[in-house]
Amino acid sequence: MLLSANHWISGLSETLAINDLHFMLVIVGAWTMLGFAGFLRPHSIRFVARLLFPAGAILCLGIAFLAGLFLASGQAPQFVVLPLGLPDLPFHIRLDVLSGFFLLLLGVGGAGISTFAAGYFRSGEGTAPALLGLEYHLFLASMAVVILADDAYLFMVAWETMALSSYFLVTSHHRIPEIRRAGFLYLIMAHVGAVCILLSFGVLQGGSWQFTFDAMRSAHFAPFWATTAFLLALLGFGAKAGLVPMHVWLPEAHPAAPSPVSAMMSGLMLKTAIYGMLRVSFDLLSIRFWQWGVLLLVLGLFSALFGAIFAAVQTDMKRLLAYSSIENIGLIFAGIGLSILFETSNMHLFAALALTAALLHSFNHALFKSLLFLTTGSVLHATKQRSLGKLGGLIRRMPWVASLALIGTLSIAGLPPLNGFVSEWLLLQSFLFTPQLPHAFLNMLIPLGAAALALAVALSAYVMVKFYGVIFLGQPREPSLVSARDANWLERLGLIWLAAGCILVGALPQLVLRAIAPVTAKLLGDTVKSSSTFWSIAPIAQEQASYSGLILLAGILSVVAVTFVCVRLLAHGRIRRTDAWDCGYPWQTSRMQDTAEGFGQPIRHLFGTFFRMERDMPSASDTAPRYRIYIEDRLWRSVYLPIARGVQKLSDAIGFLQGGRLSIYLLYSFLTLLALLVFVL
Amino acid sequence: MRAISFFRQFVEVVLAIAIAPLFAGWIAQCRAWLQNRSAPPLLLPYRMLRKLFFKDVALATDASALFRATPYVLFGTMVLAAAIIPSLVTDLPMARVADSIALVGLFATARVFLSLAAMDIGTAFGTLGARREMMVGFLAEPALLMVLFNAFLLYGSTSLPSLVDGYRTHPSIIDPSVIFAAVAFAMVALAENARIPIDNPSTHLELTMIHEAMLLEYSARHLALVEWASSLKLFNYACIGFALFLPWGIATQGSDGAGALLIAIAALIGKLVIAGAALALIESLSAKLRIFRAPEYLAMAFLLAVLGLLVHLLLGA
Amino acid sequence: MHTSQLIAEVLRVLAAGLLLISFAMLSGRRTQQLITLFAWQGVLLFVSTCLVAYSSGLTEMYYSAALTLLLKVIALPWILNRLIKRLGAQWDSEQLVNVPTTMLAGLVLVIFAFGLAQPIASMATTITRHTLGIALAVILLAFLMMITRRKAVNQVIGFLAMENGLFLAATSATYGMPMVIELGIALDLLVGVFILGIFFFQIREQFDSLDLHNLESLKED
Repeated sequence: MLLSANHWISGLSETLAINDLHFMLVIVGAWTMLGFAGFLRPHSIRFVARLLFPAGAILCLGIAFLAGLFLASGQAPQFVVLPLGLPDLPFHIRLDVLSGFFLLLLGVGGAGISTFAAGYFRSGEGTAPALLGLEYHLFLASMAVVILADDAYLFMVAWETMALSSYFLVTSHHRIPEIRRAGFLYLIMAHVGAVCILLSFGVLQGGSWQFTFDAMRSAHFAPFWATTAFLLALLGFGAKAGLVPMHVWLPEAHPAAPSPVSAMMSGLMLKTAIYGMLRVSFDLLSIRFWQWGVLLLVLGLFSALFGAIFAAVQTDMKRLLAYSSIENIGLIFAGIGLSILFETSNMHLFAALALTAALLHSFNHALFKSLLFLTTGSVLHATKQRSLGKLGGLIRRMPWVASLALIGTLSIAGLPPLNGFVSEWLLLQSFLFTPQLPHAFLNMLIPLGAAALALAVALSAYVMVKFYGVIFLGQPREPSLVSARDANWLERLGLIWLAAGCILVGALPQLVLRAIAPVTAKLLGDTVKSSSTFWSIAPIAQEQASYSGLILLAGILSVVAVTFVCVRLLAHGRIRRTDAWDCGYPWQTSRMQDTAEGFGQPIRHLFGTFFRMERDMPSASDTAPRYRIYIEDRLWRSVYLPIARGVQKLSDAIGFLQGGRLSIYLLYSFLTLLALLVFVL
Repeated sequence: MRAISFFRQFVEVVLAIAIAPLFAGWIAQCRAWLQNRSAPPLLLPYRMLRKLFFKDVALATDASALFRATPYVLFGTMVLAAAIIPSLVTDLPMARVADSIALVGLFATARVFLSLAAMDIGTAFGTLGARREMMVGFLAEPALLMVLFNAFLLYGSTSLPSLVDGYRTHPSIIDPSVIFAAVAFAMVALAENARIPIDNPSTHLELTMIHEAMLLEYSARHLALVEWASSLKLFNYACIGFALFLPWGIATQGSDGAGALLIAIAALIGKLVIAGAALALIESLSAKLRIFRAPEYLAMAFLLAVLGLLVHLLLGA
Repeated sequence: MHTSQLIAEVLRVLAAGLLLISFAMLSGRRTQQLITLFAWQGVLLFVSTCLVAYSSGLTEMYYSAALTLLLKVIALPWILNRLIKRLGAQWDSEQLVNVPTTMLAGLVLVIFAFGLAQPIASMATTITRHTLGIALAVILLAFLMMITRRKAVNQVIGFLAMENGLFLAATSATYGMPMVIELGIALDLLVGVFILGIFFFQIREQFDSLDLHNLESLKED
């Protein structure tokens, strides 16, 4: 049915000489117009939120549909050159399979988030609704243009628009000083990253001074320059993606932003950085070295462990999710690194397997991380609390949000039969082939990376049990929580869309794998589609390993149903409600259950060397005992603060140039004019 | 899929559900003999289950739907795992649904559901048990994964039916990698199933509990289902161990017919008897470790598995 | 199965057992336990040397094996046991770094040793050439054990375990060392243990404890 719809549309587009790319550009333009349309009624939240945001969501669905069609059928790249931009460098736009996949990701994730945002934004949030709508839709449009850009100038313009619009979105509640500070840090890191990406493009043009991607593809590099370009791109895109050690802005910016914005940033913006990394490493650079693969693998695994360990000791629910994003980005980078490693050793099938795992994990992360951030938004609106120490027991007051959050939690913990498990399974499968690498020590060290991966995945399960258990289960830790109200219908619709995506991709991962196959075919020359059937996926061979999400899901549901029916028929005991087991101490309060700090205690004990902790412990003679713990990132003190101080000193030193006297400034202009005259004439 | 495969699948699942409590009872008997006590009757677990099923449920006032659904989910995942693991026969319709790594994931699903249900009531004990269980879980997963990696390097597959099908061409049993992997697997199996030296399954002191603390609130039919699921989990781990390291007797591809099935059943029962006695011996000889010694124990298991891997790469290459 | 193939397999298992014992020594908590493990290392070496002697037909390896049995399984453990009983140091064996980190460091050393040994092994011609990597790993692990221990007696045991590794390396690469060298090493070991034993008594007299931290107070300040 999909194919016949495609035939109809391609027939129509051939007659009209429009193709998928033109439709997509129309959608991008429509988003921009939606953003500006908010100014018709600048202060009406109902107009902006209830009308414009759902329209934006429908456009997201449109772009996902178009991308899906493009991937499923004729995969020849499509070009457009727009007469905007610089005089000799107009905007080049190109749609190929890599952009198509990431646009699919953007569309599917964006649809759910926009629908939720339509129900979420309420008045009195610190920014005028029209501005919010403008920034939001510009953010969406600029992400789409980043993915579609085919020359360095358009890429950087769109990248900057993305950074600026997201900065304004992050500082929506700009009256709070912490939020301003977080936004400032985000802006600095975004620009440091942008400078690195710009320098990388500068190296990539390879002497031709043509900044289109086509020119970069045909340039040839010495290994030194290729490595320089790669490392600069890694710094730049890694800073945007949140790879350790460039991650410091993530745990500050994501909690400061409103929840739909956090979801967009975590679910979609980080993936544009992944897109950029893939574009530079596999498409623009024609050679790769195995050392790059090892570097990416090591950084990725370290980020994964770092993110998981820090997430386990957080007490703010959005910071916990932010660190979890760092962990998942680490896993994706580890997959990309493994893919480069295999490709440079001429093992293209395994490289395709690793890249497939990384791409599928990007897609899954967009789904489940957005879902979780959106549910924290609902919780925040219902309870006005962000700290885990003041939540609890919300499953009874907010059943819809709780059940959809449960699906998100199970997905992110990597549990079958949901989608998180499939990508982690594929990544583990690709690690199984690393002993066949031809490098002497690597083939023994990298299998240990599989253990690090398993540890990170299992730690993320631990973290998510803490997240869900402390927020939704147990007793409410504050008396005000009994008046929490569930989400409204628009929010529920957005959450249901994302949760349904998690379940569908978990049961039928073949759908997304079929979208990824052309990408790996183009980038690496091989795909893993070979032995998959409708029921199951078998990436290498049936005999070696296979997995069927659909049958697992159906199996669990049917056995549970049969057991339930049997037990109900045979066992007729009644239910009576009593108090919980209290071991003989009847004055149980909600303070006696585990806190967020308590649940993180085993991690603090086992991995204490990773943190910098300050603890205030009560002594035996305290009449009002208090316990305080403050956990900080070591990298902040040891890397960032010294750099900041160095920059400050340098600026102070140069500051003497700013004399304050007008004649000095005129002297500067005069000297520059003299120098130009000398050098030009 | 042929009808005979479905029939054998059905026999395997029913057998698993039926004899899992018997396995637990046999281990209790062996422990009692080794500790010079008089043994409880072998069929005591069945009597317990029957008693529990017919009692009234005492449910905490704050228990949510998640708490009530968890026993069914646990039982469902364990039965599904029993259907996938080739304990009697390799030619099962469900055998290709999940490979061994996915089976580990399925056990993780059960563990997460149990931990969440324990946190649901909101008492100190439930959350204590949940926290400890998840800690043991995340430390055991790398070790278990390394054992499966070992099996992959030795036998070329992570899919259990393929492993068992090719067992006649495997390297001999006294290969050091196989021995290391087997010992590591046994150590991880003890940890995951809440046996000494990680957890005492018959303790009554709440502060020393890991698994039991999560079951404190369950009663009647819910408790019966959870207990049955726990004994099924132990049975499943034993069957995975047999498939990986002691596959003799399992009816492989091509051997249809009632004779092969009966031999497989007899072989399975024999292996379970010996495994149960060995487990009881290990439990009686060891003491329960302090909770923060558990990482060292699991680190030892991880180390053994990695050593097996490295020794194979060195010696077998 | 041919006898030679069987012997090769058993030798592999024994070498792996030696590696395992080295790791157990790395994580052992009690000095008594370490001495027992050292004795077991000697037993495994003895069996392994006998099997190599049988399959290669060299009779002097039997003498080598007998010397190992006498010295490393019987004499040295007895001397060490008496030593620690008189010093009162049976139980304590603290570590400088915690156990999982030491294990991880040991694992990296094993990978390093295996990686180094592979090209050398392809040049040797003995039946046990593959176990050269394991021998190198045993030496490195024993050294690591010496570094991460706090009390003095354990370092002696580490030193002796290093010699075990050396012996294994010699057997695996070149069918043993010339008898003269072996007897010389054995004599050195015995004398060394005697002298170290006297030394430990002196340390205990001076500092009232065997903790090596006390020796740091001897430096110039």
